[in-house]
Amino acid sequence: MGWLFILSLIVALALVYKPLGDYMHRVYAGTKHNGVERVTYRLLGVRPDTEQRWGAYARSLLAFSIISIFFVYALQRVQDELWLSLGFAPVPDHIAWNTAVSFVTNTNWQAYSGENTMGHLTQMAALAVQNFVSAAVGMAVAIALVRGFARRGSDTIGNFWVDLVRGTLRILLPIAFVGALVLVAGGVVQNFVGPHEITTLTGNVQNVTGGPVASQEVIKELGTNGGGFYNTNSAHPYENPTAWTNWFEIFLILLIPVTLTRTFGRMVGQLRQGYAILAVMGVIAVASIVLTNVFELAGNATVPQAVGAAMEGKDVRFGVANSATFAAATTLTSTGAVNSFHDSYTPFGGMMTLFNMMLGEVAPGGVGAGLYGMLVLAVITVFVAGLMVGRTPEYLGKKIGAREIKLASLYFLVTPVLVLIGTAVAMGNEAGLAAMLNSGPHGFSEILYAFTSASNNNGSAFGGVTVNTPWYDVALGMCMVLGRFLPIIFVLALAGSLAKQTPVPESAGTLPTHRPQFVGLVVGVTIVLVALTFLPALALGPIAEGLF
Amino acid sequence: MAAFDPQQMIKSLPDAFKKLNPATLWRNPVMLIVEIGAVFTTVLAVLEPNFFSWAIVVWLWLTVLFANLAEAVAEGRGKAQAATLRATKRDTTAVKVSGEVVSATELKQGDEVVVVAGEIIPGDGDVIEGIASVDESAITGESAPVIRESGGDRSAVTGGTKVLSDRIVVRITQKPGESFIDRMIALVEGANRQKTPNEIALNILLAALTIIFLVATVTMQPMAIWAKGANPGIPDSLALTGDGVSGIVLVSLLVCLIPTTIGALLSAIGIAGMDRLVQRNVLAMSGRAVEAAGDVSTLLLDKTGTITLGNRQAAEFLPVAGVGEQELAEAAQLSSLADETPEGRSIVVFAKERYGLRERDVHDAEWVPFTAQTRMSGVNVGGREVRKGAATAVMKWVRDNGGHPTEQVGAIVDAISGSGGTPLVVAQKDQVLGVVHLKDTVKPGMRERFDEMRRMGIRTVMITGDNPLTAKAIADEAGVDDFLAEATPEDKLALIKREQEGGRLVAMTGDGTNDAPALAQSDVGVAMNTGTSAAKEAGNMVDLDSNPTKLIEIVEIGKQLLITRGALTTFSIANDIAKYFAIIPAMFAAVYPGLDALNVMRLDSPQSAILSAVVFNAIVIVALIPLALRGVKYRPSSASKLLSRNLLVYGLGGIVAPFIGIKLIDLLISGIV
Repeated sequence: MGWLFILSLIVALALVYKPLGDYMHRVYAGTKHNGVERVTYRLLGVRPDTEQRWGAYARSLLAFSIISIFFVYALQRVQDELWLSLGFAPVPDHIAWNTAVSFVTNTNWQAYSGENTMGHLTQMAALAVQNFVSAAVGMAVAIALVRGFARRGSDTIGNFWVDLVRGTLRILLPIAFVGALVLVAGGVVQNFVGPHEITTLTGNVQNVTGGPVASQEVIKELGTNGGGFYNTNSAHPYENPTAWTNWFEIFLILLIPVTLTRTFGRMVGQLRQGYAILAVMGVIAVASIVLTNVFELAGNATVPQAVGAAMEGKDVRFGVANSATFAAATTLTSTGAVNSFHDSYTPFGGMMTLFNMMLGEVAPGGVGAGLYGMLVLAVITVFVAGLMVGRTPEYLGKKIGAREIKLASLYFLVTPVLVLIGTAVAMGNEAGLAAMLNSGPHGFSEILYAFTSASNNNGSAFGGVTVNTPWYDVALGMCMVLGRFLPIIFVLALAGSLAKQTPVPESAGTLPTHRPQFVGLVVGVTIVLVALTFLPALALGPIAEGLF
Repeated sequence: MAAFDPQQMIKSLPDAFKKLNPATLWRNPVMLIVEIGAVFTTVLAVLEPNFFSWAIVVWLWLTVLFANLAEAVAEGRGKAQAATLRATKRDTTAVKVSGEVVSATELKQGDEVVVVAGEIIPGDGDVIEGIASVDESAITGESAPVIRESGGDRSAVTGGTKVLSDRIVVRITQKPGESFIDRMIALVEGANRQKTPNEIALNILLAALTIIFLVATVTMQPMAIWAKGANPGIPDSLALTGDGVSGIVLVSLLVCLIPTTIGALLSAIGIAGMDRLVQRNVLAMSGRAVEAAGDVSTLLLDKTGTITLGNRQAAEFLPVAGVGEQELAEAAQLSSLADETPEGRSIVVFAKERYGLRERDVHDAEWVPFTAQTRMSGVNVGGREVRKGAATAVMKWVRDNGGHPTEQVGAIVDAISGSGGTPLVVAQKDQVLGVVHLKDTVKPGMRERFDEMRRMGIRTVMITGDNPLTAKAIADEAGVDDFLAEATPEDKLALIKREQEGGRLVAMTGDGTNDAPALAQSDVGVAMNTGTSAAKEAGNMVDLDSNPTKLIEIVEIGKQLLITRGALTTFSIANDIAKYFAIIPAMFAAVYPGLDALNVMRLDSPQSAILSAVVFNAIVIVALIPLALRGVKYRPSSASKLLSRNLLVYGLGGIVAPFIGIKLIDLLISGIV
């Protein structure tokens, strides 16, 4: 069953790859604006036909994101005064900050319990809106970088507001609308009902909350956000009722990150370059999914061996294989939605979810973020490999000189530095250690996971750490902000310097970047660089736990 | 070229020690970190002395020293050459035209000096009066004297060379202290060596990797302290105590992980690359130019002298109907006996080789020399009047003598022109005898070179003043990709600009003053040493042998330079995998015994594992010095094939080699530590 599940996903993605990829290309390359867009631009006071240099593009993006953070924060703080609050109090300041940052950065780390903290209005107007626009921001950055490769001798890399509005209105909204209906058909709830008191079979009293779940669930996956309406996320039957909605949610997670490679190929005028990037993502993703499945099904740990299967923390609706696949998909992208408890995974299975995020979430990664992350890795690979063919390295005709490699290196540095310093500070600090609920290597893995998830804007949690303390809310919030916007600034600067160049024509002396040789090389460089960076930390966590 | 001499290592040792000065080392951030680590561990070893600590300290210092040694050895070779050059730069005096005698160092631009046979030319300049034979062996190493004369493209003279005959007046063109020899000395010494663009970029990547490993190592400390604290029953080990990983081990890990191999050899590779050019008698004015040579995608090659032997030579005698080949050959030979032009000589030689006609002495002959007006030459002897020359001129002469050349002559002439040759019509009085086919001969082996270029992705363009028809024929025969016929200096410049607008890098050679703008515009402009000083100023390389074919070698050297850097970078990073497998279990297996499974090399003890990794890391630098200086073997082939080969050798090799090396060192030292 597990294999069929994975195979059918691949087939479904293959079917939509071409039409959706080409459609997104038309969306971003088009010059016409529709009525709704024109009104939006007028309200925003932007001139949609003016292009921006990378600096202006970055300033617009940062301004938009900062305003978004303030808005989400404020709404949480005054939710009790507004409609549909369900009687919930204002969210405490440190949690409100953490949540605001978390949703604006497309992380969706949740330091709160969804259905017990947020009113319907906060869920819809603050959180769900950010699920759309933070995803559109990621896509905009990716498209801007691709423009950098595609353009010759250009000072500008597009217009942020146009990219943002089009990504939201023409790509995310229509797919989300259809997807929500499919989810509703599958049994996901969509209403404005408050908490219901229910007496369970065992006689306990339980509070069950309804709400606009389907509309939020669909964008949670489609925008690789991951912030669940409910605390238990996609393990909650109202969010993810059946095995086939589970399949559909994974499909939504992978949909845009995968098909963006086609858009990339179209924009640079060489489809095969898009296929090569897709192949790199595919090789890493399939290897990771298979390994996670293998580790979970083998159940190499004390408890699973005693009870016969690694079923702890997994829902019987999904079983081991489908849970493992979901776990791999959610960490390979920047989604962070979960349908099982990653903390309960076998040491090596849990390590795979960690390692997926440490790769920088590039296979296929978050919407947009995956593509630009992978392109930066391709640039680094081209630099080392390109020297070995005896030429100044070039990728898609653009030379990778000092400025380009500086920006690519800075991009690559950000998340490892945040993860390692964050974890180290937590391990050497009272406030950090006090939140630990477990000891031994597993306890350490939980902290490492929290900082890895926040810095890479994933948002999933291992659990086992009391993270809704002021210290963790601030520390992880900083990781989320820096882990999101520093790389974006470097990527946009890279786009700017690439766009200026006149491409070098291809010849037999050019390193071909569409062949299996290059695909293998990018996979190798990515895995080796990440492994070398994190091996000491992994050795003290999951590896020490797994090699007992 | 003597690739590598162990003697040089010993000779360079003092310089290697001098380079330990942090003020010199800061240019190399990777090695600076190693030095800081070495100082730090030395302090630790002094405070808490034991054999292991001191062994690590010694090998860390050796690591820095080996890196300095690599650079010192590379520089040493240039220094030897500079010393030879300096020896030729003796104090000379100069006699100005006014008769005033001054020291050569006081000469200014525009001064005019007189140099007579036996004197040293006091500075770089142009001959403005006279002609002389000059011995330039001091800079070219070539002992045969060359002719320098006023006007034309052979007017440039170099300071320090010796006039062998006659008297010339030279107008000085150099600024004081900036003579060609001065620049040459500075270049081979690497005195003001600038980092090249690729080197800067690579340094940035290495710095980034260093930062990552620095962070990975430093942040490990609180994690290690916590892990130790969480397992209270376990006794302290040399590597790990309640205070965390010992400073010695932490520094060892850091030094092993940061890319020391490439960091140590990077500048040596660059210096050696310049040096390889000097060995081939090419002076690059900047390292940037050498690097650009590797990127060149279009080569502009002058037809004459580069692709062809330079002189048109007789290749065929084509008689008209009714005339025998032998008869035509005899007439052609007769008309050329006194003709000293290369074409004329070739007719005599061809007649002898093919038709067995010996040279003979002709008495009472009246030689008719070639003039631009008549455009033919010949001889009047014993009543015979024989002429050879341009088709139109000779045919007019025949008609003037009352003859009627047949249409066949025109047909033969057109056929020869069409094939790229030059027709030379031979006639006697009122009868055309036939046509000599003069052909530009392509140098042997050129087609293979151009095929090679094509495989490397380089387009070759032949530049010629010939008409398009002739140009095409030669281009086809030589196998170049394209040609520019009837080329003027402006055409050449326009072609270069056009190629560059398309993103291509262009290399060319030139020697004339009219080549200067194109040389300046091209990315790699190689001026011939025989050329004018304007050409030498405009180009960014000078070929002392004045051999235009060398452009191809220059491109290969540029590529080899980049490949060597890339290969050693890959090797350096790939090495880290094995080092982790040595050091991580050595640090943590005491706390988490399961981690001993990572000790795949089965190293003897934690101490010997760590020391082996550090020793391997240092030794590999010395072991690779010869490779860095010689450069990675370069075989012209497509980028894909090159990459596969280098990945196999330096990527896979870089992963495997340290596993073997560290294990061997461990076997050697396990008894001692």
